[in-house]
Amino acid sequence: MRPMRPVQDLSGLPSYGFGTKSPVWWGTLAFVAIEDGGFIVAIASYLYIAFVNRVWPLRAPPPDLGPCTAVLVLLLISLWPNWWLDRAAREENLRKVRIGMVVMTLLATAPLIVRIWEFPALNVLWDTNAYGSINWLLLGLHTIHLLTDWGDTLVLAVLMFTRHGHGKRFSDVSDNCFYWYFVIASWVVLYLFIYFVPRL
Amino acid sequence: MSVTESDRLKEQEEREDAGAPRDSTADEAELHRVLSETWGTKPGFWGWITTVDHKLIGRRYIATTFFFLFLAGLAAMVMRAQLAQPEGQVVGPDLYNQLFTMHGTTMMFLFAVSVMEAVAVFIIPLVMGTRNIAFPRLNAFSYWVFLFGGVMVWGAFFLNIGPDVGWFAYVPLSGPEFSPGKRADFWAQMITFTEVAALAVAVELIVTILKQRAPGMTLDRIPLFAWAMLVTAFMVMFAMPSVMVGSSMLIMDRLVGTHFFNPAEGGDVLLWQHLFWFFGHPEVYIIFVPASGMISVMLPAFTRRPVFGHLALVLSVISIGILSFGLWVHHMFVTALPQLGESFFTASSMLIAIPNGIQIFCWVATIVSGKPRYATPMLFIIGFIITFVIGGLTGVMVASVPLDTQVHDSYFVVAHFHYVLIGGAVFPLLGAVYYWFPKFTGRMMSERLGRWNFWLAFLGFNAAFFPMHLLGLWGMPRRIYTYQPELNWGDMNLFVSLAAVVVFASFALFLWNVLYSLRHGEPAGDNPWDADTLEWATSSPPPAYNFAHIPVVTAREPLWAERRALPVAVGLRTDMRELVITSVTEARPELRESSPDPSIWPLISAIALTGLFIGSIFTPWAVVYGSIPLTIALTAWFWPKGDKEDEA
Ligand code: HEM
Repeated sequence: MRPMRPVQDLSGLPSYGFGTKSPVWWGTLAFVAIEDGGFIVAIASYLYIAFVNRVWPLRAPPPDLGPCTAVLVLLLISLWPNWWLDRAAREENLRKVRIGMVVMTLLATAPLIVRIWEFPALNVLWDTNAYGSINWLLLGLHTIHLLTDWGDTLVLAVLMFTRHGHGKRFSDVSDNCFYWYFVIASWVVLYLFIYFVPRL
Repeated sequence: MSVTESDRLKEQEEREDAGAPRDSTADEAELHRVLSETWGTKPGFWGWITTVDHKLIGRRYIATTFFFLFLAGLAAMVMRAQLAQPEGQVVGPDLYNQLFTMHGTTMMFLFAVSVMEAVAVFIIPLVMGTRNIAFPRLNAFSYWVFLFGGVMVWGAFFLNIGPDVGWFAYVPLSGPEFSPGKRADFWAQMITFTEVAALAVAVELIVTILKQRAPGMTLDRIPLFAWAMLVTAFMVMFAMPSVMVGSSMLIMDRLVGTHFFNPAEGGDVLLWQHLFWFFGHPEVYIIFVPASGMISVMLPAFTRRPVFGHLALVLSVISIGILSFGLWVHHMFVTALPQLGESFFTASSMLIAIPNGIQIFCWVATIVSGKPRYATPMLFIIGFIITFVIGGLTGVMVASVPLDTQVHDSYFVVAHFHYVLIGGAVFPLLGAVYYWFPKFTGRMMSERLGRWNFWLAFLGFNAAFFPMHLLGLWGMPRRIYTYQPELNWGDMNLFVSLAAVVVFASFALFLWNVLYSLRHGEPAGDNPWDADTLEWATSSPPPAYNFAHIPVVTAREPLWAERRALPVAVGLRTDMRELVITSVTEARPELRESSPDPSIWPLISAIALTGLFIGSIFTPWAVVYGSIPLTIALTAWFWPKGDKEDEA
């Protein structure tokens, strides 16, 4: 082996960081990009099927606007607590983070419950025709995201109440908040597609 | 735990951190002992299934992909035996359909893409000068998912329910009406398995290359193989969701009665082709780009000069990555698309020849202006250049719509894509195995066998595949299990089949060389080729912790620039797994972060996921039931177990 010549000392570096410093943040960004890719492909398929059919929606009344708008409102309401929680995590304020995690767990549960009414409100089944299939696919994809983020948030919330709730976990909380923004943003887009394209 | 307690914990941790042992010590033997203890994988079966060492996982990933290569190669041998004479009797039409489907599917999904990622899993962390890959448990998970997916689809094949709809499974053939039974479902789920595995590795590679580079490895000092893998990983990220959405739609059409591809209910069959080829064409470059990176990183060692046109090569690779997403429609020229669309995709297909050409020119310039040494890897590079140019030429030919209409679905196309796949990816890959084998194992591969390997592969390959162009022009369609004697294709096909045996023999020789050299190869030393990148700065094979001290990079060819003594950074803890995280552009040290230690949960999660995927072939409820064990396994995976790495 070649002789070594020490030129830098790393011992003073912190052992975790937030945002672009943290590899987990980049990992989350990469997964968000992949899932965005999935959404974009699904939306492109939606437009493709709408385009080849010319009549849209296919033999079904347009979907009801009640439940989906309720989900949208709930998600938009969660923007502020999510931002607040992220800031608390960056300040490493355990008390605030605990409050924030509980609130966000509840706010992640609420749209999931409303979603139960949203599927019937599509006014079409997945096996009725291609219009039904693609709508169920879009809504299903987003529901999977709601579910996984709900699970993440719940586990992390519990974690913050145990002796593990310190150090790098604050950075995890912050990354979880980041992911939630993506869940909200993707709903805004899907909401417009699923509910307003059939009304054009 | 109360809030004040948490603050106390934090202080205690800071104290502990300040007093922890570090790799600044001068006693190298002691350092080796401590680091091996911290980073080592426990011996025995338990250690084997829980390891998160990228080298062990990379090695088994590579071995598994080569195993699949041999299975697919055997399938090809059976096909060639069947086609060697008119009205052959080796296999019937049904088995033949399964054979070409398994061959194509395995080659593309279980071999070509995966082997490139597998090599990167082993090599990239070393090239970056770090101690493990980013998200090492995800890496272990990826391997298991990949393995189970491959075993599933081959298991189905041996039970005579193997997919038989071709490697791109076009609807309506693969839809519920024309493919009853479960064959096409195994194909669709194989896609899901391999894409999950490939996406996981892509994310790990991106984060490793962006955040774990050795201090001082600024963007313009990133070795070309790492650039190539970075671009590949992004291509995987953007291409794979398309086929995953597509194959999910397919399986839903087959299983729960959706109508995505059913024209009678407003669906459309061409949608499948768009979704597939939006992934499928980048896929070809996902295979080729890593291979080009291997060439760029091997050339300096064998020409004794830095590669010509570093910046041009980086820009070419990036533009290939982008352009490859604008070509997919050229697989669909015969599907009655609007004329203007066809012209656009012809132009874009020809456009990508430009960055490819630039790359070739840079490599040729490197060879011509250097002092070439014709060791086996170099032979494969030259074989690659020749073969790839031929494959590229026929590629430009089929990019033109009238010609494509003529040769579409004929052996001309079979010849073309084997030229680019074998010439463009397998030759560089074999060269790369000869090149990195000493790093993998500490021993050299036999040069004598290597030469035989190369010449058999190169000559056999051209003899087997060049005549296929002619067969195609004479009208022989692909995917036929036999043909009549009056067509007069018999002699040529016999020749092709004999030459295919030579190709197969060359692979067998390769395998023999690997096995033989594992035990009897000459000891390699750290840097047998006197190469310039960081993986050669550590011993061969590298210790569990890769580098005793993290190297500091001062030039684009770090090992050539610092011949007397390697500059290093010190100060990482030795009593727990710690890495240095650096900034994205300048590679300035930012954090000392802990790296996860071994865990059984990635394997258990992969088993749970396998249950869910396979179950869902038979009932949609498997997705619901299957998600329960999966959730438990994933939660256990992430839950801190109280060791230093978790709590840091
Ligand atoms: C041992 C060398 C090989 C031989 C002798 C061979 C032979 C063949 C033959 C005879 C077919 C076409 C059969 C037909 O259309 O009826 C075929 C198809 C194919 N091969 Fe190979 N092949 C070899 C290596 C490879 C490699 C290394 C790859 C990819 C990396 C590959 C990818 C494919 C694909 C994608 C198909 C199309 C399958 C389909 O039509 O669905 N082959 N090969």
